[in-house]
Amino acid sequence: MPKVKPHRMSPSLDMTPMVDLAFLLVTFFMLTTKFAPEEAVVVDTPSSTSEIRLPESHVITIAVDKDKRVFFGLDDDEIKGKLLTQVGAKYGVSFTAEQAKNFRGVAASFGTPIEKLPALLNLDGEQRKLVKQEGIPSDSLNNQLIEWVVAAQSLSRQQFGKPSYVAIKGDGNADVPTVKKVIKLMQEKNINRFNLITDLETKPTASN
Amino acid sequence: MAEIQQSADSGKGGKKRAKKMSTKIDMTPMVDLAFLLLTFFMLTTTFSKPTVMEINMPVKPKDETEQSPIKASNALTLLLGENNKLYYYNGLLAADAPKPELKLSSYDANGIRKVLLQNKSNPNLVVLIKPDDKSNYKNMVDILDEMNITDLKKYALVDISKSDQDLIKTSGL
Repeated sequence: MPKVKPHRMSPSLDMTPMVDLAFLLVTFFMLTTKFAPEEAVVVDTPSSTSEIRLPESHVITIAVDKDKRVFFGLDDDEIKGKLLTQVGAKYGVSFTAEQAKNFRGVAASFGTPIEKLPALLNLDGEQRKLVKQEGIPSDSLNNQLIEWVVAAQSLSRQQFGKPSYVAIKGDGNADVPTVKKVIKLMQEKNINRFNLITDLETKPTASN
Repeated sequence: MAEIQQSADSGKGGKKRAKKMSTKIDMTPMVDLAFLLLTFFMLTTTFSKPTVMEINMPVKPKDETEQSPIKASNALTLLLGENNKLYYYNGLLAADAPKPELKLSSYDANGIRKVLLQNKSNPNLVVLIKPDDKSNYKNMVDILDEMNITDLKKYALVDISKSDQDLIKTSGL
């Protein structure tokens, strides 16, 4: 009896649907991607059971790291330029157009006193990462932090019709006095709503 | 890989036909690139926004007289000490009243949460949270989180006083 020859299949298969899907995903990710802003400082946030998400935009982030340094960050590109000139004018520091352009990238998170900001902005991206920033002064003698916050709030109100959210991103090992100082400073300026950034933790059931 | 090119020309027939090209093209490099981009964007995307805990601080009072005192029977004070220690006492610390009994608790599920749930039977309960200067921010977030978990709405973040610190010291806990 002759052997039944197995039907010889072509080893190739139609990849068109897969490619379609792959490109669909590529476009999706390309369009929705928002690159994580460069963080000037590593902050290890504590976890909580809260499930509220940080708003997408109009957020002022105040980071407090474990060395008591305070960092300021703003996410709205539209008002960064104005913010820089406004706060700069207050302290008599002026910025060139090139520096103002660099500020767009830096403003996501920085912790440098305004006097040293032009020097930081002159550096290029790689060098800037190596600079150890000392934190924004926020004591009663030289309180630049609140100037940044107040200026950003008023600009946001002009531009978007509502004040920014204030998010406090504290390191788990940050000390309470620094965080409380930041909160108190803002309370004095009538900012009473804060968002404490935390990691998500599964919610335990509150059993009796 | 995509398609093996089949010879279009059979060779038979005298007429020279125009060479029929296969309509299939090799898509492998394109697919490679597509998947490379796909992985790149998938990995660089910030997946989820971080979660936040909302906290509303009281508006700064215009004058001190507007503030109403808390009844000692409704107060539960939590003291966040150094080295992740947590103390609590019922009532208030007043100069003329006898000193309340300070108890040691912890941040885990069987610690302060039980105490809070026991005290919750009092509907007028106000929890006073007093973080010591040596406590860390994680302790503060943990305790605010406990407030959320136990669904206690009335709590206040208060500065620790000298007498509270003394109470911790003398208790020896």
